[in-house]
Amino acid sequence: MGEAIVITSGKGGVGKTTTTANLGTALALNDKKVCLMDTDIGLRNLDVIMGLENRIIYDIIDVAQERCKLKQALIKDKRFDYLYLLPAAQTSDKTDLTPEAMVKMIVELKQEFDYILIDCPAGIEQGYKNAVAGADKAIVVTTPERSSVRDADRIIGLLEKEDLESPKLVINRIRNHMMKNGDMLDIDEIVQILSIELLGIIADDDEVIKASNHGEPVAFQPNTRASLAYRNISRRILGESVPLQSFEDDKSVLSKVKKFFGMRS
Amino acid sequence: MTINKQMITIKGTRDGLTLNIDDSCSFTVILEELDRVLSTEYIDEDAPMITVTIHLGNRYLHKEQEQALRDLIRSKHKLVVQAIESNVILKEDALRWKNENEMKVITKMVRSGQVIEVTGDVLLVGDINPGGKLIATGNIFILGSLRGVAHAGYHGNRQAVVAASYMQPMQLRIADHISRSPDYESVGVYMECGFIDEKEEKIVIDRLQILTQKRPELNGFERRILNG
Repeated sequence: MGEAIVITSGKGGVGKTTTTANLGTALALNDKKVCLMDTDIGLRNLDVIMGLENRIIYDIIDVAQERCKLKQALIKDKRFDYLYLLPAAQTSDKTDLTPEAMVKMIVELKQEFDYILIDCPAGIEQGYKNAVAGADKAIVVTTPERSSVRDADRIIGLLEKEDLESPKLVINRIRNHMMKNGDMLDIDEIVQILSIELLGIIADDDEVIKASNHGEPVAFQPNTRASLAYRNISRRILGESVPLQSFEDDKSVLSKVKKFFGMRS
Repeated sequence: MTINKQMITIKGTRDGLTLNIDDSCSFTVILEELDRVLSTEYIDEDAPMITVTIHLGNRYLHKEQEQALRDLIRSKHKLVVQAIESNVILKEDALRWKNENEMKVITKMVRSGQVIEVTGDVLLVGDINPGGKLIATGNIFILGSLRGVAHAGYHGNRQAVVAASYMQPMQLRIADHISRSPDYESVGVYMECGFIDEKEEKIVIDRLQILTQKRPELNGFERRILNG
């Protein structure tokens, strides 16, 4: 029996889809059977980032409206046998999907997969409600900006009303030099305001954008800052021997990497 | 159904008349009796108005009954009702009174978009985040950080205060007063409270200890019972 994790943020553009793709990849690298689920109906992106756009035949709406079987809509990743994608529909509307249909699909997927990662659309309307409907856990993605922390706070408030485990936090797009100068919100400050468990921090890395544009999640690369961060988070999700590292550890990894590249820390 | 027992006893005091009304007979009988008793009194046209205090004993009066009583007494010359006192109140009034005077303890993070409304005083164990709002008809005490909006004395109690372990509010509201955070970047302060300063007619924020002088009535529950 697998577990379903919804990845959400409230605000758009903080990296939900990127995080979903990379965590899925990192979990698959750990030999877990993973299904990525894109619920952003009408604005699907996850397939693009995974580089699976050209393989889509059926989508999530087709499954929900029983035009095809769930298995027919699943797309196997081109790199892993263990990684699958259930793409969103590009032509339908968010209201075509219902929370009930989501629950039904997730229950079915859980038989098959270890992890189901649900990519949530921005906003707190129908799309969000669909995405959290069948989830067991939630990961809230935020960036060190006031607006996205505010939206994350709102989302956490909404998630607390759902029947979920307490959500965990991922802080994305950290620019170390700006944080040091105080031009960006401090990690401590963000954690203090949101007061939920910190799952990981991810540096702002050009490689992420490069990799996404190639349809290949950055987590494949063995040595970039961002891929290490995503792999760390996936190990924390697995709860394996790694105790939950504090972000201090992450930082030291970062600074080591930086030193390696001869960057000013 | 008369005379052998006095249903209404009248006492003159320095502050006017006190009517003690027996609580074991019906209201209509009271009205008749009152009408009779007060009519027989001699009235001096030049005398000043006399204030009347009514003691009802263990009798409860509806609004209409109370009005009837007031009207009756007012219709007599030179008499005006100052107060009607009763030993009993309605259960719902008692509950409301309890609600308004009780300290509610809430343990919660008040997050962006969440609004919590409380009757009476509130002790919040947790934070109010930016975009969150806590409204109370009484005082607000926060064991945590206030980063959002707190509104004390919601129904117009200007004596209400807001106190927090960490004070960095977006807005502080007390009764009909609103103050907001400055436009420049500011850090919060620890252990402070906000209240309306009578002289300056605005909300001021000062250290917690000042409340002892500014709002001594916060002390003790008994005091509030006496104040009704």
